[in-house]
Amino acid sequence: MNGQTLRERPLSVLWLQSGGCGGCTMSLLCAEAPDLMTLFGTAGIHLLWHPSLSEETGAEALDLFERILSGAEPLDVLCVEGSLLRGPNGTGRFHVLAGTGRPTIDWVRDLAAVAGTVLAVGTCAAYGGITAAGENIADACGLQYEGTLRGGALGGEFRARDGLPVVNVAGCPTHPNWVTETLMLLAENALKAEDLDLYQRPRFYADHLVHHGCPRNEYYEYKASAEKPSDLGCLMEHLGCLGTQAHADCNTRLWNGEGSCTRGGSACINCTAPGFEEPGHPFQQTPKFAGIPIGLPTDMPKAWFVALASLAKAATPDRVRRNAAADRIVVPPTVRPTRKG
Amino acid sequence: MSEEPKRRLIVGPFNRVEGDLEVKLEIDGGRVSAAYVNSPLFRGFERILEGRDPMDALVVAPRICGICSVSQSHAAALALAGVMGVEIPRNGMLATNLMMATENAADHLTHFHLFFMPDFARPAYEGRSWFERAEARFKAAQGSAVRGATAARAELFHVLGILGGKWPHTLTLQPGGVTRAADARDRVRLLATVGAFRRFLEDSLFGAPLDRILELAAPEDLERWRLSGPAGDFRLFLEVAEDLRLAHLGRAYGRFLSHGAYPETDGGHLYRRGTFADGRDAAFDADQVTEHHRFSRMAGRERPHPPFAGSTVPDGADEEGYSWCKAPRLAGLPYETGAIARQLVDGHPLIRALVAQDGGSVYSRVVARLLELARTVRAMEGWLRAIEPNGPWCATVEMPDNAQAVGLTEAARGALGHWLRVERGRIAGYQIIAPTTWNFSPRDLDGVPGPLEQALVGAPVQEGERTPLSVQHIVRSFDPCMVCTVH
Ligand code: SF4
Ligand code: SF4
Repeated sequence: MNGQTLRERPLSVLWLQSGGCGGCTMSLLCAEAPDLMTLFGTAGIHLLWHPSLSEETGAEALDLFERILSGAEPLDVLCVEGSLLRGPNGTGRFHVLAGTGRPTIDWVRDLAAVAGTVLAVGTCAAYGGITAAGENIADACGLQYEGTLRGGALGGEFRARDGLPVVNVAGCPTHPNWVTETLMLLAENALKAEDLDLYQRPRFYADHLVHHGCPRNEYYEYKASAEKPSDLGCLMEHLGCLGTQAHADCNTRLWNGEGSCTRGGSACINCTAPGFEEPGHPFQQTPKFAGIPIGLPTDMPKAWFVALASLAKAATPDRVRRNAAADRIVVPPTVRPTRKG
Repeated sequence: MSEEPKRRLIVGPFNRVEGDLEVKLEIDGGRVSAAYVNSPLFRGFERILEGRDPMDALVVAPRICGICSVSQSHAAALALAGVMGVEIPRNGMLATNLMMATENAADHLTHFHLFFMPDFARPAYEGRSWFERAEARFKAAQGSAVRGATAARAELFHVLGILGGKWPHTLTLQPGGVTRAADARDRVRLLATVGAFRRFLEDSLFGAPLDRILELAAPEDLERWRLSGPAGDFRLFLEVAEDLRLAHLGRAYGRFLSHGAYPETDGGHLYRRGTFADGRDAAFDADQVTEHHRFSRMAGRERPHPPFAGSTVPDGADEEGYSWCKAPRLAGLPYETGAIARQLVDGHPLIRALVAQDGGSVYSRVVARLLELARTVRAMEGWLRAIEPNGPWCATVEMPDNAQAVGLTEAARGALGHWLRVERGRIAGYQIIAPTTWNFSPRDLDGVPGPLEQALVGAPVQEGERTPLSVQHIVRSFDPCMVCTVH
């Protein structure tokens, strides 16, 4: 069936946090037009409990978890924010759910088993994220992935009651609308397996690249590059930008009013991707081989890139070259007289 | 209140705080006789940072915390600036202050509306003279003030969208300034955004122009506001506080510290750096800071750890440690930090008078936070007017191979420090002491409880309460951030 079915009751959502920073919740609260509380109300989304937003503390919250596990309280969506911690030595005791003496990873496994859909909110819950960086002493992983490997806390075979694998609303943090729109689609039964990409991210935002709509696109075309922080040029050649490979619509769906990483002058570090936390080089430097950036734009053959880049550099207009190395427009585009009438 | 027999209580999961918190209480005669504060989550950011390129701290450190991520960026940028010996141009400083202030102001707003006040809309308070108003305004996730504040907060974050690209985990702050220059148009657009936020505070929270809040100088002024001030959520809070005697709840040691907030070009801060203890001012000396692991689940239990020589080796088998949080001490003593500490150290007459009367309490912590909110929004307007779009925004210098420095700043909830050691061009040591590490510290080498543990002693517990409300008010009055605490 195509499209929506009407639900008899609001979509019930339980939200848990584990080894993350709470930033995806903080980001979610930045939802606008309408604000988050209004959106939930009008879209028929009911938060059963959320660690930052709900009334119930302690015993009252634990009573609710018990009701969900016993089936007395139906759970449509389990949202998990933060990576799942398996350490130390596979005990999960680096994160015990307060008041229960029991590792959060065990609670998550039990609750996932009764949930209609399981949502990983943010790259930590999706793939392990920043908590899994370095030697990963916490033994952090995602719900269904460990970096690019399937597995994780729930195992690669996991399917929720609705038949979907874990839906990975990746991003560090995730954009508020990626979460709200995923929930709204679920409330309409309008999210299917084919709406997820290879890494189980909703395609409505993951089928775009950060490079699309970047205001530095003209500099990119001419390989007119920023050399130091606060320059206006393209950030790919020297400052580590992965926007041409990053699956997200950050430059067409802006953040916090009108921002994006590249609009703020910093490289896209591809935070929606599994393994973004270990790029294998300093984040804000572009690794190169024989002067050519390693990690070329998605879908671009290397020989073409090299040929086009050298042509483009030779053809760079003076305006573009000079502005690229300044922190404001020093040479405006020429104003051509328009024909009368 | 009826007498309670001796009992123990474990409270958790503790919500409407940032991150994970469990509190163990010993209760005797209807009052808390001892409290043990546990942060049950360990991620190991200090270890994640070790071995990396020093500039990676700008990417990794903010991800310690999604609620004060710009503060973490700022501490990292200051530590890096210290090792690099770079001076930040004036515009870079103003933009940094604006981003910090946005995060802190939003945080104070979120704390009041979403975390603290909803407790007074709970059924347990039904029948109080103020209950119906509190419920209409502050019922968790539903109250009209909760909705309004969420919308106002999202709009305020446009400041970070414009200056910082996104929030949280903004990448714009650099040791030498910021990566985005604001032009004349940005400046006026931001003035409109901050102006709209001020309007929200005036219409909804205070019910009066900010100037009137800035004039509050004595407890009698507050008293008058409570009795006949403008209708608004501030007055509602004053009414609730008087009825529930929140000024007599949650007193800790009376020792406060601030790293100083919002650097100024003359080397000072908008809110001064220093300590205020037992009624006296003193300088803050970062070299007097150590961390104790005696009751933390960390190796190295027998000695104090100066942060430059600190260590983070979790000991999952440890039976004596009861938290992943370390116990920071200044000259061997526990200190409280936060908006109340900033305003006390800065010498604000109203907060000094309130603390002289009843000490740091649930009441004075919340008043200090709201007062600071008003002061900070005023300062933001001044910084915006001071921007010179044609001046420089970012300085660049080389990273030395070997150096060490500390970056000291203030997050909304208090003093934040990053101690960075660079050796052979890599991070050799990175130790973080966050505000809630100070406030929610476990016991130290001498068995002395941390500030919250102390503040909970004496809290009343009603018969049958499984999650005592007084304990919730005290805990939330600190606006804890547990993910920062244990990082
Ligand atoms: S800065 Fe990044 S996203 Fe923008 S044009 Fe260059 S490569 Fe593309
Ligand atoms: S621009 Fe890149 S790094 Fe920034 S939020 Fe989008 S995907 Fe993440």
